[in-house]
Amino acid sequence: MQRYFKTIRLFWSTAFASQLEYQLNFLIELLAMLGTLLGSVFILSLFFTGGRQLGDWTWESALVIQGVYTFLDGLTNALLRPNLTEIVNYVREGTLDYVLLKPIDSQFWLSVKKFSFAGLPEIILGLSIVFWAAIQSGSTFSLHSLFVFIISLLIGFIILYSVWFLIAASSIWFVKTWNATEVLRALLAAGRYPISAYPVILRFIFTLVLPVAFLTTFPAEAILGELTFNILFFGLILSSLFFTFSRLFWKFALKHYTSASS
Amino acid sequence: MHNNPSDLIVVDQLSKYYRVANKQPGFKGTLKHFFDRKTYDVPAVTDISFKISPGEVVGFLGANGAGKTTLLKMMCGLIHPSTGLVDVGGFSPQRRQTAFLKEITLVMGQKQQLIWDLPPMDSLYVNAAVYGLSDHEAKVRINELAEMLELGDELTRPVRKLSLGQRMKSEILASLLHKPSVLFLDEPTLGLDVNAQARVRSFLSEYNKRTGATILLTSHYMADITALCPRVICIHKGKLFYDGDLDSLANSLSPSREVKVELKNPCPSEQFKKYGDIQDLNDRFVCLLVSRDKLTDVVSNLLTDFDIIDLEISDPPIDQLIGELFIRGEVN
Repeated sequence: MQRYFKTIRLFWSTAFASQLEYQLNFLIELLAMLGTLLGSVFILSLFFTGGRQLGDWTWESALVIQGVYTFLDGLTNALLRPNLTEIVNYVREGTLDYVLLKPIDSQFWLSVKKFSFAGLPEIILGLSIVFWAAIQSGSTFSLHSLFVFIISLLIGFIILYSVWFLIAASSIWFVKTWNATEVLRALLAAGRYPISAYPVILRFIFTLVLPVAFLTTFPAEAILGELTFNILFFGLILSSLFFTFSRLFWKFALKHYTSASS
Repeated sequence: MHNNPSDLIVVDQLSKYYRVANKQPGFKGTLKHFFDRKTYDVPAVTDISFKISPGEVVGFLGANGAGKTTLLKMMCGLIHPSTGLVDVGGFSPQRRQTAFLKEITLVMGQKQQLIWDLPPMDSLYVNAAVYGLSDHEAKVRINELAEMLELGDELTRPVRKLSLGQRMKSEILASLLHKPSVLFLDEPTLGLDVNAQARVRSFLSEYNKRTGATILLTSHYMADITALCPRVICIHKGKLFYDGDLDSLANSLSPSREVKVELKNPCPSEQFKKYGDIQDLNDRFVCLLVSRDKLTDVVSNLLTDFDIIDLEISDPPIDQLIGELFIRGEVN
């Protein structure tokens, strides 16, 4: 376990060093990140000037959802995108061979090798919005609600990661970069708004089929102290299922890779 | 099969087939391919058996596509065999257990694992962490290997700024950090210039002597094989057709010797026909291919029949022999 932590530390410090290697590129990335941030803030400001009700959510509590969305989007930019879109290159260039011969879990390696620091400000902004909006909507934090919030964020992240990893792992068969990223971002973007703002059928789909609700709505409810234990429990089971399935699928994909590659 | 404890690697009746779909050209072919896919098996490696003892240096020879890389990858666990058995130090490679992975390493001449934008040193410490080496152990190990490989401040320069030779040496360093006892090298000198090739070669031979590590190597460069591998395994079209020492391969490949003669006066070619195959005739220089059993007679006859300044007997170059061998496809 300690070996894995040390490996992550070195992965990320080398990732940081690689990003600093090209000064101009790093500056551009910072600017791009600033642009994304301004975009998010602009969309948020639209919420303030409106006057409508979204589902049964007040403005402040809907803002919490925006915060969770911004947080997850930051995490996506920092961790999921740099790593999972790289898998196809490992397959195409054959360097997956090196990863497979390392005495370390290959899914772990492929999932955490890189970390894009340009995603960090978005993560911090997201969390700030969550707490600010939660206070505005009159929520009083307790240790209990914070704990449930962290667990439900984890559930959301694991589900998002697992779906993305599944799609990325399929590049073992379709050795081709295809834009699965956009599909997933659209999925995540659907979580910008409270799940109850959608029609009943979509609400059902977003909870059970494509668990968008678990990404943003439920963590927001958690910090507002409204999440029921049943949903949390269901989320824990669902996320474990998704994660287990992603591991099994990876093992299956590798079996195919190792019996077909040359 | 009884495994002798002195065998480190046992390969027994190993085969690998790749399933390939056969698609006819054109739209009709595409439709047919979609609905009624015809597949057939292409053999990459067929029924190969051999054993390797600890500390051996073995070269795998074969033309492109002969099955060398497939064989190597089956031995390090990257490809599952279709039938047959591989055993490396008591492990089944395809299971890729941690204890097995810590004992082996793979170097591929045409693929790199070092992080392109950073100095090799950064990648080395990542590898050290992955293998669970402490910083101190890693440092000692890096210094030791860097000295053997004659690498100095190259290790703190970005990989993209290194020459191919320096990069390859750094790659080798990275893959030897964890003191593996079995080295799989797939074309480790590919694309290197003659000097860099020689340095990699002398390093490998030195490493083998110092650590007693077993080295399995494929290479296109005959010089790699002749310099490093007392034993060679030749593969042609997926089949093993020679396993033994390099010298007797040369003997069995070529029952002839080259006899080069420098004459005092030029002679017409007809006069040499009865002695052997004329390879080259140029003014006063003649090169003949003479079968070994006639060699002494021919040489003494030549010496009596002509005024000879110099006479030299040699084996034809081994790479030329191997080349002919692959065209013929069998050992005489």
